[in-house]
Parts: sequence; structure tokens; C-alpha cells
Amino acid sequence: MTQAATVDHTLGVEPAESPLTPESWGKLGMWLFLAGDAMSFGGLLAAYGAIRYASGDWPQPSHVLGIQLTAFMTFLLICSSVTMVKGLAAIQHGDQAGLRRFLALTILGGIIFLSMQAYEWTHLIERGMRLSGNPFGASLFSTTFFCATGFHGCHVFGGVVYLTCVLVQAMRGRYSATNWNSVEIVALYWHFVDLVWILVFTFVYLV
Amino acid sequence: MPATHHEEPNYMGVFWWLLVLTILEIAVIYAPFVKFAIVILLIGMALTKASLVALYYMHLKFEKRTVGMIAIVPLVLCVFLIFMLTPDLSAIVHHSPKVEAAAEGAHAEH
Repeated sequence: MTQAATVDHTLGVEPAESPLTPESWGKLGMWLFLAGDAMSFGGLLAAYGAIRYASGDWPQPSHVLGIQLTAFMTFLLICSSVTMVKGLAAIQHGDQAGLRRFLALTILGGIIFLSMQAYEWTHLIERGMRLSGNPFGASLFSTTFFCATGFHGCHVFGGVVYLTCVLVQAMRGRYSATNWNSVEIVALYWHFVDLVWILVFTFVYLV
Repeated sequence: MPATHHEEPNYMGVFWWLLVLTILEIAVIYAPFVKFAIVILLIGMALTKASLVALYYMHLKFEKRTVGMIAIVPLVLCVFLIFMLTPDLSAIVHHSPKVEAAAEGAHAEH
């Protein structure tokens, strides 16, 4: 009886090393989460394209939305991706101060991005853009705009909270040249947010 | 456990490529090209930028092939979704008020 229980217990134990990501199981988990999340964004953008294609009076986005402002927001997010990889590279070389500095800069980039999005939304709402309609043409133009950019904005907000948690751990000296898997995992999430914005910016603002 | 090591990519080089492609995207929408060409160029540049981020910043280039397969699945499914929607979209466009009004106008002329 005892022997049988021991055998069952042994079978239930997962291997210590992930076969796909030897660094950690967490990294594989993040990749799987991002793949699922990418399908959500893919569905949103495909729906946006379908609705726009079927609409007869879709406004030209570059005539209604502020391209210069969002181009700068794109630049900002790309810069925050650079500070993120620099932070990861710093801790891989054992530079804890560098990790803290670059993480703080990445968080700052995310906060400025969110502030600019809030400014953009406020400006557009003042011009009559609503979830249910707008004065520029097809009512679904504003619906899809707020849904796509809002969904991405929620991800940026989540990323800022996540990065702040990692920064707090970094300030406690948790990470080192031999222990930086958590930093790599949060970096994966943040780069994904940047990658998705590249697509949202192109399809919602430029095309 | 420390992660597997690989040569550190040129992060600043990727940054400059991303910046140049973003500037080109802005320039393309004001270029005197036909709409179809602009759309193709924009999609091409966006996918290039997304690939650069995934390959070098997310280190997908240095991961096992199966991780790359996991990453590519959403893109494949999204393209599949678009193709599945296409026949339905053609029907909607064909019966849209604008097209029907144009068709009625042409019919009245006869």
C-alpha cells in the first residue's frame, strides 16, 4: 500500500527542467500565455479589418486621429523595450544597480505612454468620439478604435504593475548574475506589449 | 538554474532599424502611391518590425524551434481567420447600401 502510494507520487512529479525552455518552467508558461493573448489581439484586429472592409463610410484614420502624437508614443514604447533588454543584460552581468536603473526607466516609459493615451482619448472624446458613435463616419470606427487601443492600454497598465513588482524585488537584491529568470519573463511580456502596439499603430492609425 | 547563454544581439542596431521603419511608415501614408500599394508597404514594414522585436528583443532567434512554433501559431490562425471571413465579407460589400444605390442608379439609367 505504502509502496503503491510512493509510486503514484513519483509519477506525479514534473521533471525539474522544462524540455523547451531549460531556464525555467515560468518562461515556457509566459510564452504559452503570450500565444493565447496574441490570439485575442489577432481576433480583435481581424474583426476590425472585416468591419472596416464591409463599411461604406469609414473615415480615413490619419485625418481624424493624431498621427504625430501616436508616432511619438510608438517611439517611446520602442525606447522602453531597449531599456528593458539593457536591464536584462545588466543583471546577466551581475550589475544590480544597472538593472534597477533600466527597470525604472522602462516603468517611466510605460507611465508616459499611458498618460499620452489618456490625453489622446480625452481629446477625441471632446471632439465627439464615443463608444457608440462619432461625427466622422461609420459608428463602428470609434467603437473598434476604443476597444483595440483600450485593450492594449490595459496590457500596458498590467505591464507597469508587473515591472514595479519586479523592481521592488530588484531593490531587495533578489536578482544576480545566476538568478535572473524572473527579469527575463517580465521582459518577454513587455516586448510583447511593444510588438502588439506596432501592429495596432499600423492597422488602426496608418492603414 | 542559470539560463542558457548566447551571444548578446546588437540591441541598439535593432532599435535604429525600428526607428527608421517607423519614420518610413509615417512617410508612406503621405506618399503619392495607390492605396493598395500603401497598405502592402505598411503591412510589410509592420511585420518586419514585429519580427525584429520577437527575434532579437524576445530572443526567439536563440530559442528552441518548438518555442518558435508556439509563437507562430497565433499568426497562422489569424491569417486563417481572415481567409474564412473573406467570402462573407464579399457578400456584405456586395449588398451594402452604397453598392445597392449605385446599382439602382445604373438600372434607372437603362
